[in-house]
Amino acid sequence: MSTLFGVILPYAAIAIFILGMLYKVIKWGKSAVPFRIPTTCAQEETLPWIKRKPHEKLDNPSNNLAVVGRMLLEVLIFRSLWRNTRAEVKADSQKLIYSGSKFLWLFGLLFHWSLLVILIRHCRLFFEPVPWILDVVENIDGMLEIMIPTLYLTDIAILLAVTYLFIRRVVFSQLRYISLPADYFALLLIGGVAVTGVLLRIFFHTDVEAVKELAMSVLRFSPEVPDQSISWLFYFHLAMVCTLLAYFPFSKMMHAGGIFFSPTRNMANTNRVKRHVNPWDYPVKLHPYHEYEEEFHDKMKQAGLPLEKE
Amino acid sequence: MYDTSKIVIGIIVFLAVFTIPFWYSQVSGDADEMPEIVIAPEAGDQCVEDVDYMRAKHMDLLNTWRNDVVRGADREYESDAYPGVIYDKSLTDTCLGQCHTNKSEFCDQCHTYVNVEPGCWECHNIVGE
Repeated sequence: MSTLFGVILPYAAIAIFILGMLYKVIKWGKSAVPFRIPTTCAQEETLPWIKRKPHEKLDNPSNNLAVVGRMLLEVLIFRSLWRNTRAEVKADSQKLIYSGSKFLWLFGLLFHWSLLVILIRHCRLFFEPVPWILDVVENIDGMLEIMIPTLYLTDIAILLAVTYLFIRRVVFSQLRYISLPADYFALLLIGGVAVTGVLLRIFFHTDVEAVKELAMSVLRFSPEVPDQSISWLFYFHLAMVCTLLAYFPFSKMMHAGGIFFSPTRNMANTNRVKRHVNPWDYPVKLHPYHEYEEEFHDKMKQAGLPLEKE
Repeated sequence: MYDTSKIVIGIIVFLAVFTIPFWYSQVSGDADEMPEIVIAPEAGDQCVEDVDYMRAKHMDLLNTWRNDVVRGADREYESDAYPGVIYDKSLTDTCLGQCHTNKSEFCDQCHTYVNVEPGCWECHNIVGE
């Protein structure tokens, strides 16, 4: 059993993850992007006397550097989600009101950053010797030194965030209406990984040294399950992580790669500065009216139709 | 219309980052590194609890011991695995004093391997280390 869950499943999951990512990315790379369709969220570059503030240069990028800046803001702090609004009709005044809605941005950001920090922290099990930077991350993450072993802040953050992201799909009727099983599955899977991880960390300790021996043996391609016992909860945690890895490239989570393929984000707005010719312009065989009239001259005349050339 | 060069660069970066765990330890030469622990020769053949329990949960045991001693002045521990055997709840005198006499050849071996820094040594100074 431990060979299945500790060796075969991880290898399969890693292979599916990497090949799946490549498959998706190459498939997307093969689709044509014939038109320049960046979203324009600010004044575009135009006549020199129309000044633009720095953030406007990022929100309507006119060169590749600004595009990189915009992508960084998008990937690192979800800038476009910051503009998320909510439309509601006020019951008493019957007025449609748009208000800012920052909770999704806040919890989305918490969720993603916690995931990243947790992923980095886990590298202690995959790296020998352990790089010093991991100590820095761990010390910052565990700086409150609550309990023994230290409770990590990102563990709390991810549990809060994943709970919010799940609850909002259940509670808000509009969101419930558009939520599919895949939406719940992804959240429950990540939530399950987080919960089992926290349980292993705080309540049901297992032999971490044996876990690292197992991980390192898998990484050097000579897998051996250690003699020491590793708890079933760990294998449960690992099996969910493997499911996540294998599911990742074929699910909504592939937005991680997809964001870089979004033409509305990754293109500079040079729509007016440069001339863009439709690459799919086809030399169409034309049949203009004067040729048409020449071709059917006699018949048209017989039928009494008006002719331009007479 | 196609960003082939940028996509190829992206794929190379992706592969480089996600395969680091596979080649990092090969490069560092420590891929086969494993903790080697040394126990004092005069030590008996059993610990406070059985080995699997000690490997996974010794920190819980020590934590309970500390709280019992510091807050309740309760120093006697009866082993669950070996009923009737009584131990003094003391990291310095029982664990380090009787069997695991060399911290760097016992404790530190695994702690360094899995990169944990227990707070024990902030109080339990080891003379000469």
